[in-house]
Amino acid sequence: MIRLNGAELDGRDGATVAELLTDLGVDPLARGVAVAVGGAVVPRSEWETRTVDAGEHVEALTAMQGG
Amino acid sequence: MSDDLVIAGRTFGSRLILGTGGFPRLETLAEAIRASGTDMVTVALRRIDAQARGSLVDVLEDCGVALLPNTAGCFTARDAITTAQLAREAFETDWIKVEVIGDERTLLPDAPELLVACERLVADGFIVLPYTTDDPVLARRLEDVGCAAVMPLGSPIGSGMGIRNPYNITLIVEQAGVPVVLDAGVGTTSDAALAMEIGCDAVLCASAISRAEDPVAMARAIRAGVEGGRLARGAGRIPRRLHAEASTTFTGLPELA
Repeated sequence: MIRLNGAELDGRDGATVAELLTDLGVDPLARGVAVAVGGAVVPRSEWETRTVDAGEHVEALTAMQGG
Repeated sequence: MSDDLVIAGRTFGSRLILGTGGFPRLETLAEAIRASGTDMVTVALRRIDAQARGSLVDVLEDCGVALLPNTAGCFTARDAITTAQLAREAFETDWIKVEVIGDERTLLPDAPELLVACERLVADGFIVLPYTTDDPVLARRLEDVGCAAVMPLGSPIGSGMGIRNPYNITLIVEQAGVPVVLDAGVGTTSDAALAMEIGCDAVLCASAISRAEDPVAMARAIRAGVEGGRLARGAGRIPRRLHAEASTTFTGLPELA
């Protein structure tokens, strides 16, 4: 099982970062999105190829208002 | 004569940087940006919310402003560095406002962690603008490690308490070889004007505008404060005196008794 933004995901082991973003309703081409797996940044250029294994923790982030 | 703000070789026509936090609606944010005349606004990074409506990035792009991502919410140098790297990916900019918070109640910066984060981010090619305390020694250390500006607080974030120690800010301005941006504490126009009068190069303001009853009107007001303070700084104020000094000459005064 993988964790995406703190939630456990069933049946998505081995999905690519791009596929997980699509699950969240995000266009992987959209500006203002960044992803970390296991606390390390995954560059945009690797979203289509980087697969997420069971036990890994993904943070998918976007722009929010903030000072 | 132009009086532009230059940070890391980039020129800004406005000396007001707007924080985007706290605006009730994106439409109000966009109106306030236009009213403020700002060229650069801060943004934060948070988890994607599939239910969120409207794209902040699209709104900011429509306004034509540069983005200054921040590391708000980070309590360690490590988290701030990772957040900065994520922001670079997300926004395709090397600019970063580095915040490393040391205390939840006051949101005051954690000086040792801040310095470590800034040094490493500079080495990693970032244009680093640190949110810092009003400590002149820390400001100098931040400049020494290569920060492109220093951004001391006037008082805690969102407090609206203005500049509690103008003397320290004056010392920072006096020694700084990089722009000084008064960040945090502005409550109203006079605070922004004071920052500029004592020599700050710019003011970063969020809550005073976004949480005002009328954010767009306050954006206009604080813009005027920044512009007025800047003009006054250049004009050279009179010295403070303990006693009066008549502006009307006594020469030629008639004897009327």
